[in-house]
Amino acid sequence: METDLVGNDSPLVTRSNRTLVLKLLAIVAAAFAFGFALVPLYDVLCAATGFNGKTSQGKLGVGGIAGPAAAPSRVDATRIVTVEFTGTVMPGLPWEMRPLTASLDLHPGELHQARFLVHNSSDKAIVGQAVPSVSPGQAAQHFEKLDCFCFSQQTLAPGETRELPLTFIVKPEIDESIRTVTLSYAFFNVDGQK
Amino acid sequence: MSTAPSIEHDTSHGHHTEHYQGGIMRWLTTTNHKDIGTMYMTFALIMFFIGGAMILAVRAELFQPGLQLMQPEFFNQLIGVHALVMIFAALMPAATGFANWQIPLMIGAPDMALPRINNWGFWLLPPAATLLTLPFILALFGIGDGAVNTGWTLYAPLSVQGGMGVDFAIFSIHILGVSSILGSINIIVTIFNLRAPGMTMMKLPLFAWGWLITAFLLIATIPVLAGAVTMLLTDRHFGTSFFNAAGGGDPILFQHLFWFFGHPEVYILLLPIWGLIPHVLGTFSRKPIYGYKAQVYSFVAIGVLSVVVWAHHFFTAGMPVPALLYFMYSTMFISLPLAVLFFCWVATMWRGAMSFETPMLFAQGFIVLFGLAGLTGLVLADVAADAQYHHSYFVVAHFHYALFAGGIMGVMTGVYYWLPKWTGHMFSETLGKWHFWLTVISFNLTFMPQFFLGLAGMPRRIPDYALQFVEFNAISTVGAFILGFSQLIFAYNVWKCVKGGTRATDKVWEGAEGLEWDLSSPPPHHSWEVQPVIK
Repeated sequence: METDLVGNDSPLVTRSNRTLVLKLLAIVAAAFAFGFALVPLYDVLCAATGFNGKTSQGKLGVGGIAGPAAAPSRVDATRIVTVEFTGTVMPGLPWEMRPLTASLDLHPGELHQARFLVHNSSDKAIVGQAVPSVSPGQAAQHFEKLDCFCFSQQTLAPGETRELPLTFIVKPEIDESIRTVTLSYAFFNVDGQK
Repeated sequence: MSTAPSIEHDTSHGHHTEHYQGGIMRWLTTTNHKDIGTMYMTFALIMFFIGGAMILAVRAELFQPGLQLMQPEFFNQLIGVHALVMIFAALMPAATGFANWQIPLMIGAPDMALPRINNWGFWLLPPAATLLTLPFILALFGIGDGAVNTGWTLYAPLSVQGGMGVDFAIFSIHILGVSSILGSINIIVTIFNLRAPGMTMMKLPLFAWGWLITAFLLIATIPVLAGAVTMLLTDRHFGTSFFNAAGGGDPILFQHLFWFFGHPEVYILLLPIWGLIPHVLGTFSRKPIYGYKAQVYSFVAIGVLSVVVWAHHFFTAGMPVPALLYFMYSTMFISLPLAVLFFCWVATMWRGAMSFETPMLFAQGFIVLFGLAGLTGLVLADVAADAQYHHSYFVVAHFHYALFAGGIMGVMTGVYYWLPKWTGHMFSETLGKWHFWLTVISFNLTFMPQFFLGLAGMPRRIPDYALQFVEFNAISTVGAFILGFSQLIFAYNVWKCVKGGTRATDKVWEGAEGLEWDLSSPPPHHSWEVQPVIK
């Protein structure tokens, strides 16, 4: 292929040109592959560091939607962490969502429940999936969900309103500098997605 | 030379070429490095005016608060396409044009090593530029909703949701990327294999060194951008979820992929300029270049560092503190090799017998204004300060000091320096000086107020603004129009110089050093068929 592009008749074409072109093309191919390798690398990094507020319990599910966590170990009664809740609905999903629990003051290690209200304002049954995000990012790996509506897809009948519960623990290992943790849910329309 | 009209003609009516066998077929099929260099430079100049016209429309809208001339959707398209055109279709082709013209002349090579790839590298550009701007035209006929409207950074999820302009931009970037990679491979092979006997790597002209680092950065990072926009394409049309949070993806991942390319891109644009500036400073100071080795090592150091600092472009997206600190300190560390370059430039002029012809004026203007870009860059690199400056006009002003004063004015330095060699004629010094002073004054008039706007809190990429920003925006718009129209002097001066003028001597400039000045002005169509021997 190189001979074609370069021109066999050219006096400039030498064996060393061809070898060098092949080596450089190999770098190009490696760089292209590296771009795609960054995708899993990034997820591993997020799981390890809580980069990006992806909540994680050691095993990272799809989109940071992790499975249920283990029971709490101990309660740190010496300090209080405020957990705030927000919920949004992404474009393309005719739902409304708001947290019924606006915020909770709790001791790290305590088991708590928060509730959200969702309402399907369309005349069709629609399947939605909530994707969580924790801010600040460093808090994400210490935010354990024992049970969450985000573990599975939610199907809402036309006009249906539903309360969605979340059971969670803020682990006592959370850094002392963090006094407020915000948990945000974004609901996506997953109809028509694989 | 009637190249400009024929290139124009060809991009719009590619099928009529048989009427122009002698003329147009020469340019379509040429494998001569000088012809291809001329085509790159002409293309870059045309796209420079197209990208400039876009941003003048934007500045006109920003002359006063409120919406006067256009809707926000169109405004968003203009700013994004302006950036893509200026970076990929003006600055990068101009740098490649220099490489084509100058590297074989400066290293004593008969041509580029891969002439047919060289031809392809250029002729991929007009289709890519057409793809990028075509959606504007299509929208006039009611097809689609205009060009890419995400800004040049194409951030997900906006780009995942955007209209068909995003698809046009994606394919345009693919083609531009292939063109850049072909050009880079060609330059590396030429520099490695075709140097004149006796020219060791440490005798290589600095311009070739700068381009060599740029070429390696291009082949290492353009494929990552190609991968990122390919993921974007499959997210948009083929049901993948690289950046789609609903399917388990992450929009922030796009920012990492984009800036893994995007930050080295800044140095890709600037390294060829840093390479050519010392030649100009040495020539007009009548002194050898100071600190050749230090400059080469600085190029290499900056090239290496440039690929490990990318996340300073999105400090505010959320990162653990250790990551913030790492990216802050590594970014600031780049200022050390860059400072070495600045000191070498100044030391080259130090106690020299300086004269102030147009190329020297541009080189000195470059040093001062690009210095401001560096200093404001240090401010932005500070994590704590960046939280305030991020996405404000401070950033806009900063990167225009880097890419207009550092990039475009650097290109103009090189054009004024080598144009007499290329054409065999001297340009008009009077027009050149008018061009320089108008450019430098109106450039500062345009962008200096934007630093203050940014500090006062005006966000970028917004077509409207609060009343306290009125005066600075009005000044900036007046400056931008003077700046834009001043460039017509440049185009006219270049055109006049191509057409005729005082004959240039072979050496052109009294203090010029280097192999290219041993050739006639203009050099013969085929030069260095017998390679010179370097002692």
